[in-house]
Amino acid sequence: MTAGDGPLLEVRSVSRRFGVVAALDRIDLTLQPGERVLLLGRNGAGKTTLLRLAATLLRPTTGTLRHFGREARGDEGAAVRGRLGYLPHGSLLYDDLSVAGNLRFHAALHGLADVRGRVQRALEETGLSGRAGDPAGTLSRGLQQRLSAARAFLHRPDLLLLDEPFTGLDAPGVLLLQGLLRERLGTAGACLLATHDIPSSWPLVTRVVALAAGRIVLDRKADGLAPADLQALPGAAS
Amino acid sequence: MIGVARGSLAVAAKDLRAEMASPAQAMSLFVFALLVVVVFHFAFDLTAAEFTALGPGVLWVAILFTGILALDRGFRVEREGGRIDGLRLAPMPRSALYFGKVLSTWTIMTAVEIVLVPIAAILFNHPLGGWALRLLPVLLLNTLGFAAVGCLFACITTQTRRGDLLLPVLLFPAAVPIALAAVRATGHVLAGRPLDRFAHWLTLSAAYDLIFLAAAVLLFDHALDD
Repeated sequence: MTAGDGPLLEVRSVSRRFGVVAALDRIDLTLQPGERVLLLGRNGAGKTTLLRLAATLLRPTTGTLRHFGREARGDEGAAVRGRLGYLPHGSLLYDDLSVAGNLRFHAALHGLADVRGRVQRALEETGLSGRAGDPAGTLSRGLQQRLSAARAFLHRPDLLLLDEPFTGLDAPGVLLLQGLLRERLGTAGACLLATHDIPSSWPLVTRVVALAAGRIVLDRKADGLAPADLQALPGAAS
Repeated sequence: MIGVARGSLAVAAKDLRAEMASPAQAMSLFVFALLVVVVFHFAFDLTAAEFTALGPGVLWVAILFTGILALDRGFRVEREGGRIDGLRLAPMPRSALYFGKVLSTWTIMTAVEIVLVPIAAILFNHPLGGWALRLLPVLLLNTLGFAAVGCLFACITTQTRRGDLLLPVLLFPAAVPIALAAVRATGHVLAGRPLDRFAHWLTLSAAYDLIFLAAAVLLFDHALDD
């Protein structure tokens, strides 16, 4: 995928209901290559639902989603999933597998070549080389978050979907994740990042989208905004 | 994107590695199966002759109960913390996840059975002999059937709030044909009868295996849907 290939994600009039609760209501959103979108909203605003829809883990009740210009169904779905990097609030790690074993399993699921080299690089980038053989369940919350990020980025996805990626990270961990995100996204990748930690994500983002009660109430470039401005926007503040 | 075979092997290898990484956990299945057999041993005080008649039932009750534990554990680890999302996001046909789980459950259950059967025979004073080898296809075919139907139901129930309670309620009625075929075929093997006397039970087991494996390919995508 290059910058000229069109949107990486197109969300068209998407609604998602859970029983009688409307988590999202006629959302429209397009992510172009290079865009790093900060997704804001209070608890229950629909951020995680939108991320799960974008990750193909949920289906919309109405509306359509297209990834990389196609709908994620059947074989197309598998091809789309291979280009997504999803870092959810939970770690998705297996406690009984080693740190390196978790990455090797992810590499196997994605059919990656040079697994050993990739895993070694990922461990070095996240500062986990010294813990490679330890069971993932023995890591602290912050180190698990680093490993989760390494897992999500291992297959070099084009579209990153991040739900509270800075949770549990100390200051060096935040800097490390920011650096990884910058490097991974380059100019062609895109990122949808939901967080309440605006200061940590602010150096990365190019656009701000705010949700309130399942609807987009703000969608603008980050240029000219400061984190403090966001607190005053309706529905945007955490 | 990877194919069904590679995806299945990756999932199964992961499950088996996790089992090996925690020997106490792996042993607990065998200990449970052995306890069931021991309880029956003390409850019925079976003689060697009676074991031929009642032993197959005792063995398969132990195996199927242990299978439920293995299934619950195998899918609980995916349910907790939403790990199943990581598998659903893999660029492989969803059926690869199913076949991987069937393969790991089948392997784990068979490993338990291979140790359990001789111990049960010794416990009930049943002479060990060539029957043990002839029992192998009975164990393999019926355990595969149980794993095939079990993984399909476990996938469905794992996404519900009390899936651990729901699984046996749904699974045991569906597994009646496999339990029946397994007990009958095992009885013939223990009695030393020739294959042609119980080949029809093996055919039933093989047909059951194929039907559920094929049905799962069609249904598994829907079972994994939100």
